[in-house]
Amino acid sequence: MNLKATLVAAAAASLGIGGAALADPVKVGMITTLSGGGASLGIDTRDGFMLAVNRAGNPDLSVVIEDDQQKPDIAVQIADKMIQSDKVDVLTGIVWSNLAMAVVPAATAQGKVYLSTNAAPSQLAGKGCHPSYFSVSYQNDNLHEAAGAYAARAGITRAFIMAPNYPAGQDSLAGFKRFYQGEVVAEVYTQLGQTDYAGEIAQIRASGADGVFIFLPGGMGISFVKQYADSGVGLKLIGPAFSFDQSIIQAMGDAALGVLNGANWSPDLDNEANAAFVQAFRAEYGRLPSVYAAYGYDTANLLLSAMDKASVSDADAFRAALREADFASVRGKFSFNASQHPVQDLFMREVVREGDILTNRIVGVAIEDRGHAYEDECKM
Amino acid sequence: MRRETVLNAVLALGLLAVPLAAQAMGEPFIVTLATKVAILALAGVGLNIALGLGGMVSLGHAAFFGIGGYAMAVLAAPVQAYEPLMTWPFELAGTKSMPVIWVAAMVAGALGALAIGALSLRTSGVYFIMITLAFGQMLYYFAISWPAYGGEDGISIYVRNGFPGLNTLDPIQFFALSYGVLMAALMVSWVLARSGFGLALAGARQNPVRSAALGIRPYSVKLTAFVISGAITALAGALFADLNRFVSPSMLSWQTSGEIMVFVILGGVARLFGPVAGAALFILLEHWLGGFSEYWKLFLGLALLGIVLFARGGLIGTLAGREVAHD
Amino acid sequence: MSLMLLIEQALNGLQYGVMLFLMAAGLTLVFGVMGLINLAHGSLYMIGAFACAAVAAATGNFWLGLAASLAAAAAAGALMELTVIRRLYARDHLDQVLATFALILVFSEGTRWAFGSFPLYLDIPRALAGPVRLPGGIDYPLYRLVLIGVGLAVAAGLFWLIGRTRLGIRIRAGEADREMIGALGVDISRLYTIVFALGAALAGLAGALVGALQSVQVGMGEPVLILAFVVIVIGGIGSIKGALVGAILVGMTDTLGRFLLPIAFSTFMERSQATSVGAALASMLIYILMALVLVVRPGGLFGRA
Repeated sequence: MNLKATLVAAAAASLGIGGAALADPVKVGMITTLSGGGASLGIDTRDGFMLAVNRAGNPDLSVVIEDDQQKPDIAVQIADKMIQSDKVDVLTGIVWSNLAMAVVPAATAQGKVYLSTNAAPSQLAGKGCHPSYFSVSYQNDNLHEAAGAYAARAGITRAFIMAPNYPAGQDSLAGFKRFYQGEVVAEVYTQLGQTDYAGEIAQIRASGADGVFIFLPGGMGISFVKQYADSGVGLKLIGPAFSFDQSIIQAMGDAALGVLNGANWSPDLDNEANAAFVQAFRAEYGRLPSVYAAYGYDTANLLLSAMDKASVSDADAFRAALREADFASVRGKFSFNASQHPVQDLFMREVVREGDILTNRIVGVAIEDRGHAYEDECKM
Repeated sequence: MRRETVLNAVLALGLLAVPLAAQAMGEPFIVTLATKVAILALAGVGLNIALGLGGMVSLGHAAFFGIGGYAMAVLAAPVQAYEPLMTWPFELAGTKSMPVIWVAAMVAGALGALAIGALSLRTSGVYFIMITLAFGQMLYYFAISWPAYGGEDGISIYVRNGFPGLNTLDPIQFFALSYGVLMAALMVSWVLARSGFGLALAGARQNPVRSAALGIRPYSVKLTAFVISGAITALAGALFADLNRFVSPSMLSWQTSGEIMVFVILGGVARLFGPVAGAALFILLEHWLGGFSEYWKLFLGLALLGIVLFARGGLIGTLAGREVAHD
Repeated sequence: MSLMLLIEQALNGLQYGVMLFLMAAGLTLVFGVMGLINLAHGSLYMIGAFACAAVAAATGNFWLGLAASLAAAAAAGALMELTVIRRLYARDHLDQVLATFALILVFSEGTRWAFGSFPLYLDIPRALAGPVRLPGGIDYPLYRLVLIGVGLAVAAGLFWLIGRTRLGIRIRAGEADREMIGALGVDISRLYTIVFALGAALAGLAGALVGALQSVQVGMGEPVLILAFVVIVIGGIGSIKGALVGAILVGMTDTLGRFLLPIAFSTFMERSQATSVGAALASMLIYILMALVLVVRPGGLFGRA
């Protein structure tokens, strides 16, 4: 912002006409996955986001929601439609990194603000960082880093590590190794979408490892955990929250009990905002929220906080208001670093049974005030 | 014949008029949708040469569609990153020029179709369907797991490639370009069907034994048609990648193969404008049904089922009467 | 790498193979007898898994769920045959592909409508949980051993059914000459419904048995369907023996390829890269196998082409 604009804005504020400018309506376009195999993640994102929107009841905020079917080309077309026809100011909601990479760079280049509720690939945190791109969730490597940092403390000194053979999987293993202090005895890549892990489990048994790190999101994780429990190998399992989240562990059943998973949020996290969120979410939807719901809720509250401070038509002021992150996060501590990614505590959770349902509870802090590994590459 | 000609003219003009009207009314997204129709119809025109003219039921055309898309990204990505495409054995920069990309995509698609076709055409009938499907799936898994070129994340090309004399970032100009390519491909398809080669292909489809007796080798005639078909579908893939400014393995998935086939059959197999009618109807259904139900694919499935069972010959066959037999 | 590990991997390959056989057997029967290509066979696999999960959750009994999966898949198959498939016998393969593609959409979205988007819970029965010690000191999951046994038993049953029973004679006659057995007074439309329902029940059984090991979710059938196609192409269409040999070949190639290729690459590459490149190649291995079989025997190993 140049000096003249600053002066005009200051003058407007002092004259009391700023209030009118602040009431500029904000239109949000949410692109998320509501159909197909990955729908449960998008549904939680949407429900968490809308819960915050409805609780705030701000008449200046309107939201359009569309289903990307977990297909990048559909996501791009929806983004085009939202920008061209619906004339949205802010985009959000994408669950998957490959879809984010298809949509975000083009959207921010057209001057739209993008608030990430989940996917935060390294490219957008480092070289490709952008003043209009904010990750409210994490940087993709964070939860793997949490697992790596905590693994040695959980007694895993010889780790067998495994992920699907695709970019997020390769980043996952790199993220785990970044803070892991033990020895990696074997590193295995599986096929994306693989459902039978007998071969890998045999390798685990033969490897001489004393613990296993896995990143297998969605159905892959369900298959692996059930087969692993049945194999009787019995080594400690650790992973990121993606494989052991609220939406998934019910389908794993007792096989998931005791599994450690790295996260930046948990339903039992002790702060006022979180207690209110979990209670409201259960009352509204009749189920426990997942991390995706928590990110959606935080994203909406961040946006609402910025709307109170600046008008969306003044892009610089609005982005500055977002950067302040002046909202009560369900994660407790929350602030943005220069690349506009969160600085937050990373926790270790354990899957436990509470009555009829499986859920997670915090067993310790993995890393305090963690930013991310690509901060230096971001020139902004 | 006459009714079909009128119908074709209506389709050609309609596909041109709708985006122009939308542009005038300030609805750029409808222009984007019409561009998508034109490009998907182009993919269908490619498949129709194998399917309609050659009787080759390929359930693996997503392979060529994806090859075209990746050809675009492989050439354009180095320019975006300010790095040469390769330095050995000679230095080659990438390119952002659409004509060059199109030629490369068609050559790559043709080579892919030559390899897959040469193996698959050793068989026929239901074997051919399964084998083309399996080869398509092989490329899909390869694209997902091969670390160069993005794997499952795909590659974003932030700025659409250029065409001499046009501003391709303007939706209506990019539409005009895609429309022009579609019309040219329809022309090629029309000439091909009426040429000596087209007759030989029809012969190879209807009666391979007699064709062989006449000195025509059905295998090489069919393979040639399959290669042309693959090249046109690859061209559509390159344009589709430019429309989205993005490629990913999902272009190679078997659902994409199924959808391209659906365009052709919805419109009418072996009908010149069948893919145009089919793609337009599919996109219309997708947007209309998608508007009122999360489960719109259920209704799409039921609609497709009804068309196969009760409206043989597809949209054009139903509207224009059936006289072009496919067997 | 020890010999024991290699044997264990071979067992895994065998188990994978016999489950693929259950899928491929139904497909190849339906093609052999009716000349029909059915893309919606994967949906029957999914229906079996969902029926088993739903009934097992409601009753707490896996075996009731298994019975339900057979019944539900057979019923869905018979219904599908009576309402849609029956109209397709006289059509070309193109119409069959499109109609059964449409059926996939209907079944997948219909299931999602009924059961929601979240994966269902289905676990293996307690009696079969945990590993057993095999001679040579291999700890191997009992359930997987049972799967191998069930698969081989079904294969033996199918050979007996086709080779020794009245139904089998009709099926073989139907494969050889469709018009003739109609002329001989066999109720051909009933035969078709029975064969289709039989194939569907096998797919449903596979879905339920494998669903207990993996995750029960919409879209689980299609990857298996494509592998079953590869199996049939390798074995030869219409041949039960070909389906069995092809399925075990594919199961072994895939499992051992995933295990051995990264090890082979790591002898001359850095480990991280070797596992990634090895895994990429392993995912293509069965298709390469298929291409090789095609070059040598275009009609498949046991095909008649």
